[in-house]
Amino acid sequence: MMKFEYAPAPESTAIVDIQSDYNLFIDGKFVPSKGGKRFATMNPANEQVLAKVTQGTAADVDRAVKAATNAYKKTWSKLPGADRGKYLFRIARILQERAREFAVLESMDNGKPIRETRDTDIPLAAAHFFYHAGWADKLEHAGLGANPKAHGVVGQIIPWNFPLLMLAWKIAPALATGNTVVLKPAETTPLTALLFAEVCQQAELPNGVVNIVTGDGATGSALVNHPGIQKIAFTGSTEVGKLIARSVVGTKKALTLELGGKGANIVFEDAPIDETVEGIINGIYFNQGHVCCAGSRLLVQENIKDELIEKLKRRMSMIRVGDPLDKNTDLGAINSKAQLTKIQELAQSGDTEGAERWSPECKLPEKGFWFPPTFFTGVSQSHRIAREEIFGPVLSVITFRTPSEAIEKANNTPYGLSAGIWTDKGSRILWSAQQLKAGVIWANTFNKFDPASPFGGYKESGWGREGGRHGLAAYLKGDM
Amino acid sequence: MRIDVKKTYKLFIGGQFPRSESGRSYELFDSKGNFLANPALASRKDLRDAVVAARNISDKWSSATAFNRSQILYRVAEVMEGRKDQFIAEIIAQEGVTKAQALKQVNEAIDLWVWYAGWCDKIASVYGGTNPVSGSFYNFTTPENLGVVASFISDQSSLTSIVHAVAPILAGGNTLVAVAHEDYPLSAITLSEVIATSDVPGGVVNILTGKAKEIAPWVGSHMDIDGVDGSGLDSTTYDALRKDGADNLKRINRFDEVKSPQRILAYMEHKTVWHPIGI
Repeated sequence: MMKFEYAPAPESTAIVDIQSDYNLFIDGKFVPSKGGKRFATMNPANEQVLAKVTQGTAADVDRAVKAATNAYKKTWSKLPGADRGKYLFRIARILQERAREFAVLESMDNGKPIRETRDTDIPLAAAHFFYHAGWADKLEHAGLGANPKAHGVVGQIIPWNFPLLMLAWKIAPALATGNTVVLKPAETTPLTALLFAEVCQQAELPNGVVNIVTGDGATGSALVNHPGIQKIAFTGSTEVGKLIARSVVGTKKALTLELGGKGANIVFEDAPIDETVEGIINGIYFNQGHVCCAGSRLLVQENIKDELIEKLKRRMSMIRVGDPLDKNTDLGAINSKAQLTKIQELAQSGDTEGAERWSPECKLPEKGFWFPPTFFTGVSQSHRIAREEIFGPVLSVITFRTPSEAIEKANNTPYGLSAGIWTDKGSRILWSAQQLKAGVIWANTFNKFDPASPFGGYKESGWGREGGRHGLAAYLKGDM
Repeated sequence: MRIDVKKTYKLFIGGQFPRSESGRSYELFDSKGNFLANPALASRKDLRDAVVAARNISDKWSSATAFNRSQILYRVAEVMEGRKDQFIAEIIAQEGVTKAQALKQVNEAIDLWVWYAGWCDKIASVYGGTNPVSGSFYNFTTPENLGVVASFISDQSSLTSIVHAVAPILAGGNTLVAVAHEDYPLSAITLSEVIATSDVPGGVVNILTGKAKEIAPWVGSHMDIDGVDGSGLDSTTYDALRKDGADNLKRINRFDEVKSPQRILAYMEHKTVWHPIGI
C-alpha cells in the first residue's frame, strides 16, 4: 500500500517579536523589579531559551497591589459599567486582530500545537473578553440581588496549560464586575501574559487596572498573603489549592479554586463507536493531556472493550507527535522537564503495579520534552494511575459491567471536575449525568469550552465556577 | 397535686433518639437559674454515627422529586404549628422572654420554614438555566445538592436560629447534622420530634446537643462531610475548623440571619451538561 507522508508545514515565527528581557507590568508600565533576579523561559520543544523574565519579589507584589488599589479607588470603581464594558470589547478586538501572533507565541512558550492555539486557545480567550464585556452594565441581572458589588483588588494565579486562555478566564470577569487585578502567570509560560500587557496599553486601559507580576511559587505566595487584596482566584493543583484555602483563614479574603481532576469517560455498549474513539482521543490527548478536566480514566463496558481498544489503537497510530509549530501536529511537547519526569514516574508506577502499557510506534524528537500517546489496560481502581492526576497523554482503561458499576467507579475519586458519557440512549445520558458527581459533563462529546458555560468542580476539584452567569458570583458580593 | 412526668432530652440520629454513646450529659438551667434538663453531651462518636446516617439517606433524599421534598418540608411546618405551646414554653424557659415574645418567635420560625420549603422546586429554575454556547450543543446548568452538611446553630434565638441553620440546607436536597447551641437544646430536640413525626426520612436531619467547641474540630477533620454552616461558632473555633476543612475542601460559610436563596445555593453545586445537536 502506498503511504502518503505529510510534508512539513511549519508556521512562521516571524510574526512574533520576543524581547531578550522582560520587566514587570505595574501601573500601566513595564518596570524593573525591586531586587528580583531574571529567569529563563524556554521552548519545551527544543529547549531553546526564548527570553529572560523577572522573578517578582514581595516588594514588587506590594507595588502592584498598591497600583491596583489606587486604580480601583480612583478610576475603575467610578466608571459606569458600560464604559468598563467598552474597554473589554476593545481588548477582545485587539486579541482577535493579533490572534496569529498570540497563537505562535503561545505555541513556542508552552509547546502545544499551533492547531490548538490557533483554533482553541486564542479565539476562546477573545470570546471570554467579548462575553464578559456585555455583562459589565447588566450586573444587577446576574442573580445576586439589585446592587452587587465588586470585591476591590483581586489576586489571580494561573497555570501553564492554557496560559492566555486562563488569563482571560480570570481577568475578563474580574474587570467586567469592577475589580482590578494583580495576575501572576505560570513560571514556565509568562510570555503571552506579558504580550497581553501590551494589549492593555493599546486598549488604553486605565493604569493599574491590570498588573502582571511574573515569578514562581514564592511570588504567588506573596500575592496570596498580601493584606491589600480582597479576593483570590487560583487555578492549579489541588495540593496548592488546599494550602491557599488554609492561608486565607482568619482573613476576609474571598477565594475561588479551579483544581485537579481525574475525569471518567464512560463508554456504554450502545455508544456510536467511531465518534466515541474521536471523543476519547480528544478527551486525553488534547493539549498533551495537560488538562485538568481531561478524560483520563476510560470506563468501558466489558463486552465492547476489545473492539474499542482495537479502534483506539488504530486511531492513536495516526496521531502526529512533533514540532508544535507544524500545522499538522496533533501532540506537541510536554511543557517542562519537571512535568515530563512526573508523567514518566506515574507511568512507571502503572508498569510496576501490573497494568499493561501501550503506545503507538512514534519517533520522538531528540531535543525537548516528549511523551508518546499512551494507554494502560488492566488498570484497577487502586492503581496510582487510576487515582492520581497524571496531567499528561496517559489514559487508564477500566472496565465495567452495569451502568451502576460505571457510576460507582466514576465517582470513586476525591476529584469531581469532569466526566464523559457515550451512549445512543437519551434517558441513559440524563440518568448518568444526574448520578455523576462532576461539575462539567460532556455527553457524546468531550473537552468543549465556552465563555457562556460555567466550568468548575465538585469535591476536591475546587470552589466556585468560571464562565457564564454563575462565574460572575466569584467576583461579586451579593445582597446577603 | 399530680407529679409531673419530666421529659428526657436525647440526641436525634438516624431517625432515633439515642443518648450519647459517651453516657455524658450536662445541666441546663433556665434564665432564673432553675434546673431545666440534662441534655445529652454529644461526643465524637455521636457525630460520626450521625454522619453515617446522613450519608446513607443522602441519595434517597436528593433524588426524591423537588415537589415531594417541598411537600415533606411543608408537612414539618404543619406539625410545628400543632406543637406551638411546647415551643413557646421552652422558649420562655430558655430565654426568659414573655409569652407574647415567644409566640412571635414561633410564628416567625414556622413562616420561615414554610418559605424555605417552597424553594425546593424553584431553586433550579431560578438559578439554573440553558447556556447559549457557540456551536451545535445543548448546554444547561442546574444546581444540585452538595451532600452531607454540618450546621452549627447560632444563639441569636432559641428556635428561629434553628430554622435558619436547617431549612435552607434541606431545601437544597442535602442531609445534615445540626449541632444545637449549648444554651438552647430544648427547642432543637423538640423540633427533631416534629421532624420524626413528619415524613422526613430518618437520617436526613440529625441533631446533636452539647458543646459546639468540642464537636467542631471533629467536624472540620471529618472526610465525609461536604459542607459546614459555622454560624454558631466563635471566630477562633470557626477559623480552626476552616483550616481542618481544607483537607477535603469543605464548603464552609457563616451567615447573618437573613432569609435568602443564597443560603440554599451555598450548599449546592452547579452541574453543567453538554450534548451535541444534530440530525
